Amino acid sequence: MPQAVSGLAPAGASLAVRQDFPILGRRLGGKPLIYLDSAATSQKPNAVIDAVADYMRHHNANVHRGVYPLAAESDAAYEGARTRIAAFTGSQAPQWTTVFTRNVTEAINLVAASWGRANIGPGDAVLITEMEHHANVVPWQMLCTERGAELRYLAIDEHGQLSLEALQDELDRGDVKLVSFTHVSNVLGTINPVADITQRIRTAGAISFVDGAQAVPHMPVDVATLGADFYGWTGHKAVGPTGIGVLHGRTDVMEAMQPFMTGGDMIASVDLFSATWNELPYKFEAGTPAIAEAVGLGAAVDYLSAVGMERVRDHERALTGYMLTRLAEIPGLTVVGPQDAGARSGLAAFTIDGMHPHDIAELAGRAGVCIRAGHHCAQPLMRRLGLAATARASVGIYTEAWEIDALIDALVAGRAVFED
Amino acid sequence: MDDLYRDHILDHYKRPRNFGELEPHDLERAEHNPLCGDELGVHIRVADGRIEDLRFYGHGCAISQAAASIASEELKGMELTEAATLDADWMLDLLGIPISATRRKCALLGLKVVRGAVSGDSSWPEQSR
Ligand SMILES: Cc1ncc(COP(=O)(O)O)c(C=O)c1O
Repeated sequence: MPQAVSGLAPAGASLAVRQDFPILGRRLGGKPLIYLDSAATSQKPNAVIDAVADYMRHHNANVHRGVYPLAAESDAAYEGARTRIAAFTGSQAPQWTTVFTRNVTEAINLVAASWGRANIGPGDAVLITEMEHHANVVPWQMLCTERGAELRYLAIDEHGQLSLEALQDELDRGDVKLVSFTHVSNVLGTINPVADITQRIRTAGAISFVDGAQAVPHMPVDVATLGADFYGWTGHKAVGPTGIGVLHGRTDVMEAMQPFMTGGDMIASVDLFSATWNELPYKFEAGTPAIAEAVGLGAAVDYLSAVGMERVRDHERALTGYMLTRLAEIPGLTVVGPQDAGARSGLAAFTIDGMHPHDIAELAGRAGVCIRAGHHCAQPLMRRLGLAATARASVGIYTEAWEIDALIDALVAGRAVFED
Repeated sequence: MDDLYRDHILDHYKRPRNFGELEPHDLERAEHNPLCGDELGVHIRVADGRIEDLRFYGHGCAISQAAASIASEELKGMELTEAATLDADWMLDLLGIPISATRRKCALLGLKVVRGAVSGDSSWPEQSR
């Protein structure tokens, strides 16, 4: 049974940031909003909401084009956000290039198209894992089908973890050109040993892509130390706006890549029948970017930095331990993934005997508790686990222990509805 | 008493009627609920242009399983031409509970696979009122 990790902050601890998130003051149907779906998307603090509004109210102009002072302000806001975001994740220029995308899905598609088409061919293999989100599965399926390459999966063990030995066996086959894997699983909660994995990939002469969607919002991330060639993440899960994501890539690798999308802003010059590309990172930012959203994400990383990512991780780890302990009180409830809170991030996907996850989430929702149910965009993983769906509760920077208690109460009451 | 999880719904969920496989069968169809990936399928045996017997199989939430179970009792003996024209109102009336927009597809999946089996129609049943 899951155990709380001892020696951590007692249940009830909080980062005391709830007042920064206006939506958490809402009541729905007379009940306080208890938001335990931060793995799907996070709520937004005033600092982010205000930064987006302030940009639109006072600094709005297109970027990289104007010579007038307002345009310079807009450029400074957009590029300033990029610089702070790169610093936040330890991926500073010039070794690293930080490209704005719409989300991590687009970051993965960018690498699959621009790096993949040029470097993957018949006889090559792309390696992913059984715990990937569809965003980190389908682009590689498309690439391998198009290029006549093989897509292979690294298996998870019975604890929902990857095996470094199995990885080494795959790499020793000599045909793996790229390995793409998630930093943190959005279903199992597993935190993968990224640095150990990328080191083996590098030694084998392959390229690594790490999906940081579920990691960046919840723990300190230093891309340089993690040793990935590419690291992508998504703003909306990290208290930032929707429509903005980030791709950090090794500059030397990105220099050699062809553009992903083409059009304005990404060119150096255009002739009638040919064009030359702008420098990095603009080569990968075709068209007018999501300027206000980038500014909002800049404010989001400032906010997270001010709270402190070490504190965020400690808090969420304690909460996760508490959540696992309390979930274990419910008869017939099974949590998937590692049983040790220290090995996992702040989410728990679970099933309850005799109840479909949809009904679990519906009944929780009536009690004001927002949890998710379904396959969580990870159908290969669900099939591997032998499940069609699970319910999932996930915590964020603003989550407090009393909300876990409310979840447990809602689950107990929900179970009673289904009892004979 | 919960307005959604009424006794008759829970009864059909826990003890679904006409569930399993039907061999031999003349018509079949299986589909996924796009919301959750649950699969629901139907086997239909036809005699004299009517649904002589049918079985649903697969898994799903209380709403989708209860809807299929309740529908199965009404569908037995129905002419295929009539079954092909059943709409969302028919299903929702039979269920007799308020169905929110987020659970509509759960409620209508059973009818959708039946219509698919008898007429090849792969659209979601429409609501006429
Ligand atoms: C691990 C993981 N990867 C990728 C994604 C996709 O994120 P987005 O939809 O923002 O591109 C998600 C979010 O659902 C995720 O949890």
